Amino acid sequence: MTITLVFLAVLLALCLGWIVRQSINVQPWVAETGPIVLDRLPPAATAARVGLGVFLAVVMSFFMLSISAYTIRMEMGRDWIPLTPPALLWVNTVVLVLGSLALQLAWNAARRDDIDRLKVGLLAGGALTMLFVIGQVAAWWQLYGEGRYLTGNPAASFFYLITALHGLHLLGGMVAWARTLLRVRRGETPAQVRVSVELCTLYWHFLFLLWLILFGLLLST
Amino acid sequence: MATQGHDATSYAPPREMEEMELGHPKTFIGKYIWSQDAKVIAIQYGITATAIGLVALALSILIRLQLGFPGTFSFMDPSSYLQYVSMHGMIMVVYLLTALFLGGFGNYLIPLMCGARDMVFPYLNMLSFWFYFVAVLVLVASFFVPGGPTGAGWTLYPPQSISPGTPGIDGGIILMLVSLAIFIIGFTMGGLNYIVTVLQARTRGMTLMRLPLSIWGIFMATVLAMLAFPALLVAALMMLMDLLVGTSFFMPAMIALGEQTGYDSGSPLLFQHLFWFFGHPEVYIVALPAFGIVSDILATHARKNIFGYRMMVWALVAIGGLSFVVWAHHMYVSGMNPYFGFLFATTTLIIAVPTALKVYNWVLTLWHGNIKLNVPMLCCIGFIFTFVNGGLSGLFLGNVTVDVPLADTYFVVGHFHMVMAVAPVMVIFAAIYHWYPLMTGRMLNNTMGKIHFWVTLLGTYAVYYPMHYMGFAGVPRRYYAYGETGFIPDSVVTLNSFISIAAIVVALAQFLFIYNLVVSYFRGEKAGRNPWGATTLEWQTEHVPPRHGNFGPELPVVYRWAFDYGVPGAKDDFIPQNVPPEDVVMASAGDPKADR
Repeated sequence: MTITLVFLAVLLALCLGWIVRQSINVQPWVAETGPIVLDRLPPAATAARVGLGVFLAVVMSFFMLSISAYTIRMEMGRDWIPLTPPALLWVNTVVLVLGSLALQLAWNAARRDDIDRLKVGLLAGGALTMLFVIGQVAAWWQLYGEGRYLTGNPAASFFYLITALHGLHLLGGMVAWARTLLRVRRGETPAQVRVSVELCTLYWHFLFLLWLILFGLLLST
Repeated sequence: MATQGHDATSYAPPREMEEMELGHPKTFIGKYIWSQDAKVIAIQYGITATAIGLVALALSILIRLQLGFPGTFSFMDPSSYLQYVSMHGMIMVVYLLTALFLGGFGNYLIPLMCGARDMVFPYLNMLSFWFYFVAVLVLVASFFVPGGPTGAGWTLYPPQSISPGTPGIDGGIILMLVSLAIFIIGFTMGGLNYIVTVLQARTRGMTLMRLPLSIWGIFMATVLAMLAFPALLVAALMMLMDLLVGTSFFMPAMIALGEQTGYDSGSPLLFQHLFWFFGHPEVYIVALPAFGIVSDILATHARKNIFGYRMMVWALVAIGGLSFVVWAHHMYVSGMNPYFGFLFATTTLIIAVPTALKVYNWVLTLWHGNIKLNVPMLCCIGFIFTFVNGGLSGLFLGNVTVDVPLADTYFVVGHFHMVMAVAPVMVIFAAIYHWYPLMTGRMLNNTMGKIHFWVTLLGTYAVYYPMHYMGFAGVPRRYYAYGETGFIPDSVVTLNSFISIAAIVVALAQFLFIYNLVVSYFRGEKAGRNPWGATTLEWQTEHVPPRHGNFGPELPVVYRWAFDYGVPGAKDDFIPQNVPPEDVVMASAGDPKADR
């Protein structure tokens, strides 16, 4: 649970800092007698971005708890046999970072109003992500072929569980990606889809970083 | 009051956000079924939660019939008893209290009190309700599968919950876990809305420190829920895999019904850690909205500003933070390092500090207040009493050495029903009596309300107070029947009959409440605008009940906090949040108030 607690401590410290800034030296009982000076939100903090940020915090909490479960179970059972992840995962990691980069290109293109590059970036991003998911399934297939099944060794059980959960989050992202692509196909301008592309890109970057953490965990234990 | 020479427009800061686009559905289905209006979604949540809550209430009566009059009711066998206990607990905690406070009151109050037209993501909000609805249907379906619902207790501890011999192993437990997973996914959608709406969609002038405390409570509870529910989701997924695929996350090597199972070295303790990492914040997910709502209602009906507003906000934040580091106090008897027990006992007792601070502030709000003893106020005072009583027995249980002999006795049942069942439910009643005039435009019947309140308060004390004594006598909980037990005196049997009769009376009183809700909707006295003389924005809408879009053509501008009651020199004893200083009507010279 230490990992989860550290994560929560960081998150709560950020929240606390923010609340302190809002509440220190404020006298709420004094009514406004001059023009209201609002501590205005920075223009970058749009509702969609803040919403995504909150969602990512939830996803992060979910994976931190999974990692905590992983480490607790590792210490508790006598049946844990360390698992060497298949080498294919290195290739998959490269594919995922390329997918993330492709979406970044699409986002840049959307900001420059470049519809052609936007389409290329979006399509490449989606294709590379699908390739990553297929690669993960292939890695499962390899493990299965070596006789390391879902049941039995808990290290293997956790390997399947954690990669599956990460993959599911990517597939969930693909729904948002498909909707964005559909809107581009229907002829919406880059300016109209910019927010959607941006949210997809940020989500992909997050899932890539998350994958690095999970892969690191699988490699190191 | 210092008024300076500004015209009204000079107060209006630039808009923080643009006017949001609202969908305007024309059909009945668009307005009331697939609705994206937070107010309608709130009522959908409320009705669904109440309906499933009544099922849980009926289950509790069945439990009490067995305990009070063992052997009288032939349809109650040990399996069905355990199933009723399990489903009663799970429904009440998750599907009633969490859904009603956050889905119900959260949806209704957040946009209105923040001065927003609707939630920030209305479509997601609609999905949130329908996920919840499906989760409830799946839960109800578990009553109708072969073997019935799970009988593993609401904590669902493995290995028992998924071992042969436990009721509901054939399908009930699967549906339970699936239903929880759907609930959590749906809740995450709603929670995103609550958080982002409070952060982003507040109207002009509504700084964080001018928010009513209800919003603070709901906001903090949502933050907790968003971080804690994933623990339950992880646990549910892993348990499903143990059950369906045969992994050994939680299941140790064991022999069940004379046969060696395929499991090896799984850790039941791991499940307990995950479950209570969700389970303890869950207590505060229910309590924090109650704390917030009770603060606002107390101030309104005591005609006095809340004592120590900033302290109240900070206490909410402190309780929220601390609630994540106390979970293992539910596991003292599961076996742990004594130093760990010491650590968790310490954090648990520290939580009493901000909680006591809140209680003092409520009491000090009442001190020298112009207290109106109407039904919402009575319920709030009932809440304070019950919460203090239940909280004090929590201090007993927080200490390892006291907890060990009391664990799994009726003392625990008495404690958490006082603090987590009766206390929040009192706030739910207070909130319904308080906001029903806004939601429907009509007042609830006062006499029926008072009868309902007194029967419920005294009745629940008759139910839960004796349980503490039974706990001291060592009577264990979750037992179908006690049989020939040397240490349980005969008086416990008599006491159990008494408790059961009291419980039935309390349950019947709830039907009076529901009757009141239905009849007053059609025949209640017309409420008019702002019948309680409240300051918060939800009472300042153009129409009662507020229509789609909440406010008129212009969103309100906020000039003051939510607690300007009894301001010296002002003519009325309340100044709504959206009244600019120069529009405040001052008392004339002959008015006795001017001298105050």
